[in-house]
Amino acid sequence: MTPLTRRGFLTTTAAAGAGLVIGFYLPHGSSSKNGAGFSPNAYLKITPDGKITIVVARSEMGQGVRTALPMILAEELEADLNQITVEQAGASSLYGDQTTGGSASVRTTWEPMRKAGAAAREMLLSAAALEWGVPKSSCKAEHGSVTHAGSNRKKSYAELADRAATLPVPSAPPLKDPKDFKLIGTRAARIDTPAKVQGAAEYGIDFRIPNMKYAMLSRCPVVGGKVTSFDDKDAKKVPGVSYVGKISDSAVAVVADSVWGAMEGRRVLNVTWDEGPNKDLSTAAIKEGLKQAASKKGVALYAVGDVSKVGGKKIEAAYELPFMAHAPMEPGNCTAHFQANKCELWAPTQVPQDVRDSVATAVGLDPDQVKVNITLLGGGFGRRLEHDYGVEAALVSKAIGGPVKVLWSREDDMRFSTYRPPSYHKLSAALDGQGWPASFSHTMVTPSISAQKGYPLDGGVDPDMKDETAVVYSFPNALIQFVQTETPVPLGWMRSVYALQAAFASESFIDELAGAAHKDPLDYRLHLLSKDEDIKYFDAVWKTARMRGVLQLAAEKAAWGKPLPGGRYRGIACFGCFGSYAANVVEISMENDKPRIHRVVATVDVGQVINPTILEQQIQGAVIYGLANALRAQITIDKGRVVQGNFDDYEPIRMSEAPAVEAYYVQSTEAPSGVGEPPLPPVAPALCNAIFAATKKRIRSLPIIT
Amino acid sequence: MAEISLRVNGSERKVSVAPETPLLWVLRDTLNMTGTKFGCGAGLCGACTVHVEGAAVRSCSTPLSQVAGKNVTTIEGLSVNGLTELQKAWIAEEVPQCGYCQTGQIMAAAAMLTKNPHPSDDEITRTMTANICRCGSYDRIRRAIQRASIARGGQ
Repeated sequence: MTPLTRRGFLTTTAAAGAGLVIGFYLPHGSSSKNGAGFSPNAYLKITPDGKITIVVARSEMGQGVRTALPMILAEELEADLNQITVEQAGASSLYGDQTTGGSASVRTTWEPMRKAGAAAREMLLSAAALEWGVPKSSCKAEHGSVTHAGSNRKKSYAELADRAATLPVPSAPPLKDPKDFKLIGTRAARIDTPAKVQGAAEYGIDFRIPNMKYAMLSRCPVVGGKVTSFDDKDAKKVPGVSYVGKISDSAVAVVADSVWGAMEGRRVLNVTWDEGPNKDLSTAAIKEGLKQAASKKGVALYAVGDVSKVGGKKIEAAYELPFMAHAPMEPGNCTAHFQANKCELWAPTQVPQDVRDSVATAVGLDPDQVKVNITLLGGGFGRRLEHDYGVEAALVSKAIGGPVKVLWSREDDMRFSTYRPPSYHKLSAALDGQGWPASFSHTMVTPSISAQKGYPLDGGVDPDMKDETAVVYSFPNALIQFVQTETPVPLGWMRSVYALQAAFASESFIDELAGAAHKDPLDYRLHLLSKDEDIKYFDAVWKTARMRGVLQLAAEKAAWGKPLPGGRYRGIACFGCFGSYAANVVEISMENDKPRIHRVVATVDVGQVINPTILEQQIQGAVIYGLANALRAQITIDKGRVVQGNFDDYEPIRMSEAPAVEAYYVQSTEAPSGVGEPPLPPVAPALCNAIFAATKKRIRSLPIIT
Repeated sequence: MAEISLRVNGSERKVSVAPETPLLWVLRDTLNMTGTKFGCGAGLCGACTVHVEGAAVRSCSTPLSQVAGKNVTTIEGLSVNGLTELQKAWIAEEVPQCGYCQTGQIMAAAAMLTKNPHPSDDEITRTMTANICRCGSYDRIRRAIQRASIARGGQ
């Protein structure tokens, strides 16, 4: 494959009858997983049979990527949305990085996809002009065809594709003016909905191949423990069970001809564990460790002025958050078929290449001998950035010499997950005579996900924090620090990653400052945003004007400042991450000392909106997910074991608690920024700020309900 | 192993599995109908909702022996004659995101509407609160049910 340069990133493969194929590179948004170079990782194919296909590895996990990406392409290509199909690319060394995460599906695709569509359009126009012997400027591309009005001629892209493929690829094709967009910004129906309402959508758990067995694994309940021995006598008596065996240091597999057989076999399997060094680990000790570490010197993430030299009224507070589990609705699973010199997998995954590489190592193959096919994902939220299901499935397949699906139960999902890291936050500020913060300090104490997984830190900074811990206010003196701790409990990237913790602490504290200054929480924030300023935070530039915009929009839609019915209270918060700005106004009443959430007004500025319906879905989803995180989500550890097991002791938000979520966005033609994660961080602080308004009690530890 | 008969989506089916096997796994693994989903295995989330004699049940917690000789309807059977009004409403309101829980949501809503074609807001909440959606589609589920209820006419 021709390597691409950063700028001239389009290439073409011309073969007679193959049509027009343009390869291009989609960068990944999350810096921790970058570095794959510039091999094409997406293709646009226009073939003589009339098909327009995008081959792309962005996994569909509910974020609407299979609708949004074709919309972007169709706009520039001048094709109709229903002419385009998305082909899910599997892991391949022909591709650059294929990760789906970091709210990157659209924001990293926007420009390359537009350019690819525009380049193809220009090539098809040129092909038609040559064929007809007319100036290119007299031809028009629309609805998947080129027309020449002067001679009333028309040829479809399919008819022109072969000829277009012989032409040079323009390196800087003209892009459409946003005011001429016909498709981008419209509520085009999601392509995947009809199959999803008929039970026809095929998720990882649904995929099957002939002679496939099912496996459940018994894993050591203590973090880091190992198998000492096992007795398979009872398990093998269960009808349908065909194999029981140790497949790794810490797991024994039970294989059967049905899921139920595997579950029953595992239920009666006797394993003796070496519980290892973590058998006494507890949540209390973990929390205490975080608190103790807060006095250590941290790595500065952001510094302006000098907070040590500021006098004034000193305000201090500490906040803490627990481990949380992603709990997507589709439990973990992967289907694998290991044969002598190859292994094929069908995985609901956000990281096909990582699965490929980990599987290759685990079963002793070269990465090129491992093929990973990506299925639909029944929710991701970051959980499917791990490779564990894939490795297990490949190991079991190798052990039994045939195809197998490894399935996790809900209890497996809760107890053997990778968790949002717990954190402790020390906040302090000095208020001037008017009550405004002359200094603002935030020390975030947490184990690093990247460090635990062996990814390098950048000068002691977890790369994910760069995108997720900015404070978009004009502070004359500010210091944001990270103190790194360690934990043996597996950590993972969970929706909005560090932004949830950072926002809960800093946006609750801003409310405390407003309270100490006897000022309205909205006015207080707007004052700190009143100056148009670019705040540089690592590589990103945050604009106070855009944050002010989402905050004012939320306040206006929620009628902030207008009286509420008796017993109702509001809280407000705002935060920026993944390039986007978000604000929430949460309206509650208190019932039996618990908040009842009536209404959430959620606003975002995500730049150019591709599809308002999909955006609103993501906002509504993030708010509901954020409410669950704030109210109840807590994974605790006792004797080295995760305590929670199912939706009774780790209960998501249900309809009876779900408020009306009103989603609004700022109209913008800025390049699109992240959507899936940014609406989440303001939820918890806005809710806790509403609780303070109602009760004068400050929630400084999540979850709210314990 | 004795054969057990049941009617699935109108067809007589005979299966030879242990009678305590949950209906969910009979549908998925034995009868190869994967529209019914596994979410929790404990009757807590509703992803596995099907109809037995028209009533919504949790197939993950319903042993096969309990449905011997009974009529079972799954999501595949709901739309056998084209999309139902409820499914059309689900599409019109753009309810699904990941979509995994949605077949269970639709089966729960369909059973409710059969008994109560025009449910109030509270009645919708009381029934549908048993079904979990991690993508947070609750507003849209409510609107889809209301839309389907209106499409039925009457009242």
